[in-house]
Amino acid sequence: NHVVTKKTFPWFGMDIGGTLVKLVYFEPKDITAEEEQEEVENLKSIRRYLTSNTAYGKTGVRDVHLELKNLTMCGRTGNLHFIRFPTQAMHRFIQMGSDKNFSSLHTTLCATGGGAYKFENDFRTMADLELLKLDELDCLIHGLLYVDSVRFNGHPECFYFENPSDTQNSVKTPCSLADPFPMLLVNIGSGVSILAVYSKDYYKRVTGTSLGGGTFLGLCCLLTGCETFEEALDMASRGDSSNVDKLVRDIYGGDYERFSLQGSAVASSFGHMMSKQKRDSVSKEDLARAMLVTITNNIGSIARMCAVNEKIERVVFVGNFLRINTVSTKLLAYAMDFWSKGQLKALFLEHEGYFGAVGAFLELLKSSEEP
Amino acid sequence: MSERSKTWSSHSMDKSITLPPNEIFRNLENAKRFAIDIGGSLTKLAYYSTVQHKVAKVRSFDHTAKDTEDDPLYEISMQEEILARLHFIKFENAYIETCLDFIKDHLVNTDTKVIKATGGGAHKFKDLIEKKLKLRVDKEDEMTCLIKGCNFVLRNIPHEAFVYVKHADSEFRFQNTHPDIFPYLLINIGSGVSIIKVESEDTFERVGGSSIGGGTFWGLGALLTKTKRFDELLQLASKGQHTSVDMLVKDIYGGSYVSLGLTGDLIASSFGKSATADKEFSKEDMAKSLLHMISNDIGQLACLYARLHNLTRVYFGGFFIRGHPVTMHTITYSINFFTKGEVQALFLRHEGYLGTIGAFLKGAEEDNPNQYSWGENYAGSSGLMSTSPDLNPMQRARSGTFDMLEMDRLERQLVNLPLLQDPSSYIPDTVDLSEDALAREYWLYCFEEALDGVVKRAVASQPDLPEAAERAEKFRHKYLHKLQTLRHQPFAYGSLTVRSLLDTREHCLNEFNFPDPYSKIKQRENDMALKYFQKAVKSLEELSWEQRQFALVRGLLAGNVFDWGAKAVSDVLESDPEFGFEQAKRQLEERPWLIDNYDQWLERLNGPPHKCALFFVDNSGIDIILGVFPFVRELLCRGTEVVLASNSSPALNDVTNNELQILTERIAAMDPVIQSAVKEDRLTLVQSGSSSPCLDLSRLDKVLAGVVRERHTDLVIIEGMGRAIHTNYYALLSCESLKMAVIKNSWLADRLGGKLFSVVFKYEVPLDKKPTTLDHVPVTPS
Repeated sequence: NHVVTKKTFPWFGMDIGGTLVKLVYFEPKDITAEEEQEEVENLKSIRRYLTSNTAYGKTGVRDVHLELKNLTMCGRTGNLHFIRFPTQAMHRFIQMGSDKNFSSLHTTLCATGGGAYKFENDFRTMADLELLKLDELDCLIHGLLYVDSVRFNGHPECFYFENPSDTQNSVKTPCSLADPFPMLLVNIGSGVSILAVYSKDYYKRVTGTSLGGGTFLGLCCLLTGCETFEEALDMASRGDSSNVDKLVRDIYGGDYERFSLQGSAVASSFGHMMSKQKRDSVSKEDLARAMLVTITNNIGSIARMCAVNEKIERVVFVGNFLRINTVSTKLLAYAMDFWSKGQLKALFLEHEGYFGAVGAFLELLKSSEEP
Repeated sequence: MSERSKTWSSHSMDKSITLPPNEIFRNLENAKRFAIDIGGSLTKLAYYSTVQHKVAKVRSFDHTAKDTEDDPLYEISMQEEILARLHFIKFENAYIETCLDFIKDHLVNTDTKVIKATGGGAHKFKDLIEKKLKLRVDKEDEMTCLIKGCNFVLRNIPHEAFVYVKHADSEFRFQNTHPDIFPYLLINIGSGVSIIKVESEDTFERVGGSSIGGGTFWGLGALLTKTKRFDELLQLASKGQHTSVDMLVKDIYGGSYVSLGLTGDLIASSFGKSATADKEFSKEDMAKSLLHMISNDIGQLACLYARLHNLTRVYFGGFFIRGHPVTMHTITYSINFFTKGEVQALFLRHEGYLGTIGAFLKGAEEDNPNQYSWGENYAGSSGLMSTSPDLNPMQRARSGTFDMLEMDRLERQLVNLPLLQDPSSYIPDTVDLSEDALAREYWLYCFEEALDGVVKRAVASQPDLPEAAERAEKFRHKYLHKLQTLRHQPFAYGSLTVRSLLDTREHCLNEFNFPDPYSKIKQRENDMALKYFQKAVKSLEELSWEQRQFALVRGLLAGNVFDWGAKAVSDVLESDPEFGFEQAKRQLEERPWLIDNYDQWLERLNGPPHKCALFFVDNSGIDIILGVFPFVRELLCRGTEVVLASNSSPALNDVTNNELQILTERIAAMDPVIQSAVKEDRLTLVQSGSSSPCLDLSRLDKVLAGVVRERHTDLVIIEGMGRAIHTNYYALLSCESLKMAVIKNSWLADRLGGKLFSVVFKYEVPLDKKPTTLDHVPVTPS
């Protein structure tokens, strides 16, 4: 049964998004001495480079905590590594592939995301590499279902928030995504895509919005001068959006009872910023927080409407906007629960933004199964 | 807010009302029931007044006492009548103190104790209002007022709603108001967004909302561009390029995302480029990107709510929209994108007034304003502002300091003609001049040319009043100004049509107390024609049946040549008052006419009689007496009941209901056929509810509609150029109809492919009512 293993290493899956490139790499742990001897030098060096470092260049990062250990795939056992770097560094990456003579390894490079199309020609001309281009939504769903099925090193991949109505005290609770269909899948990258998924291969894109992670970061950079997502989130975690947003109580003095709107609800995002005095006294942290809340609530609101229109009760949020972003995850959990009066449930996944890349990776193995 | 109030106080000193205040706050002497809506920058004031105005009445002389040849048929008198009018005035908050002072100085009515108030600023200005006006401020819920106001304008103002089309010849496509205005979705974009589902006058629900609204655009925009004013931000946005700031699908894909049908130019991530680019962005580009982001987001939510509640009528309002072409365009674009054209974004001409109208209605419940029909007074209303791109929004805000809307309470409640085939798609007007530049130019010119004559006749109609000449000049000035406004803003009062031009002229004449410039001419002509009536009937009776049918139609058409409303005819009539009936017949086009369904009509006359004919009559004098009456007489003889519908108040030389009553009495006295028909109620006179030379079948007197239903009317006859050509030419009815007119305008004749005095004789049978030739049994009348 060693037919499958003939699929040459290295095994990669790549998802080239608008802001980030997500890369999954399968590190075989069952290499025999014989194999090791036969292994060409540059393959070995790639493996060593990727597995012995947690940062690559200035901007590449390996999310060590997400590593999936002891996976068996196509008869091989190994660890799946999760790596990301900014799409802006794509050309440097391709150059590196060229420098390391990647094309001599004769592997198929499975890529998804818009960049698979945008950079296809650059891969060819700069590094003599052919991409196997894959649809990003197919990959997203396949990757998600796979990771959920193999579980996260013995723990559930999926979680939700217990007690979502109290964002201060809501508790992250692992759960299983068994019997996942239908689900509304909200993928928050630079922009947002919302899919209604009815089975592994049957889904439709319901809608999308351009107000996504890219908007949060872009506007934060313009408003606060910050440069990274981490920086923006850090500021947001320390800010108070009520200095920026106009709340219902700022207009009505309390609740707007005629329409049962709570006084603490946001009436106008950035509404206080119409006043020069308030603009002059606002802090960067407050602005970042307001930006985060605005974008998150808006996504929540659109997702909720889609769920109602599509008659789906389970809403799964993924995408790198949610990375290290408990403010948003808790807010989304709250929004789904509150506005639907408990009808809708928000679910999240540990490997937030990597499912597209995993899906592309799975396609590589699938293509190798063909005779 | 503190900054705004500072602006306000510093401005209130040096700003003074630039227009003569009595032309703004009109009829304050008897104003009552004030309401005020104070928004972020504009104040809207509403009040109710009663206007004394002159109406022309005719009264029959007692002819039994003395009946000499020289006595006129009836006497004309001018009477004072009280008209209820609603005034709405919009001005910048900066003027509020000056305006309140002015109102206080001129307010005579002491019954008024309360002023209804709504809007965010109502609280802030409460003390000022109470101090200045000595009225108690009574706050009303903003959203309730908004909905009440919205229902009111939708119900009472035809062409209130429009679709915005940026690159069309006319940016505004006015919508026919559906007879049933409910249910609809109102998206109010103030600082935040409220989405309200309205199901009936009193049932509405806030089904959703969003915090991303006008305040977000303003607040974020001010942070990003250091530009303070909302208008300036919009102006920046209109000059910017969003593609440098936004991440488009093609920035990610290199082109389109084909499998999903997402084009490359689609925004994938708003402000997506600003996180990574090292360069500075221009204010214009950022403002544009922000505008797109917010408009698209609101449009998307609106679509999701429209779909969830299964609604297709979606109106947009709030300060974010308020007449701003930039936001109307982006919202429209977004709605089209998200619904693929299934839902249209509708905007409202009087959107800015909804709150104050609603607040006013709340305070006026004892007057039952919703029990009446109201009509926009074109003379007293400013109309919609220009959105021409060369008039920048700032200039607009400053120059358009005062905006007014006046609505008159109509004496009659108006409803649809029950015989319209599809009331929701009925459009009265044949040509939309706002979309037809050539036609617009011609008609504006035509009305301007005719103005001298109208002024002259107006003066002549009031020989006993020496100041009539002065008033007539004021009328000239006002109407000329209206024509100039319409030349630049054809959409100011909804779709521009010949009807609206005629109606505006009538409103302006009334405004200056010329209620009926043609009263004396009509009186003279009626007198003259009556003398000829019996002779005309006799000569018709001598003809064979078939000859008579044709003679009746020709007589009707010839009578219709006598029309002072048409320029070509008024010239002839003015120079030769003896222009006779026979001469008119000779002027008529020979058959085949331009539109000639006479043969079908004749064939129909061979069939069973109609149950009841509704006849919309046109001119006084020869037209009604020698044209219409003999025709009606024949119908009555056939066994058809006849309902004569005439104008409720004067317009040009059209016969009014008041006049027609006297004429009918006089004819009945001469003619036993008419007499018995009147006595037996087979000939009925009704008011149309209109005072226009044209005819809007969707706004007719409720009584008329009732009569039409009761009598099982199966034939509608519409006569004259105004009613059958300028309007209703394409109107589809659910019963047989006859549209007859002589084209007395060479330009129009040319347009229709005919010539001066060409004849339109259009006999139509609805498809489902067409008899098959087989079961058609001819009945030979005696």
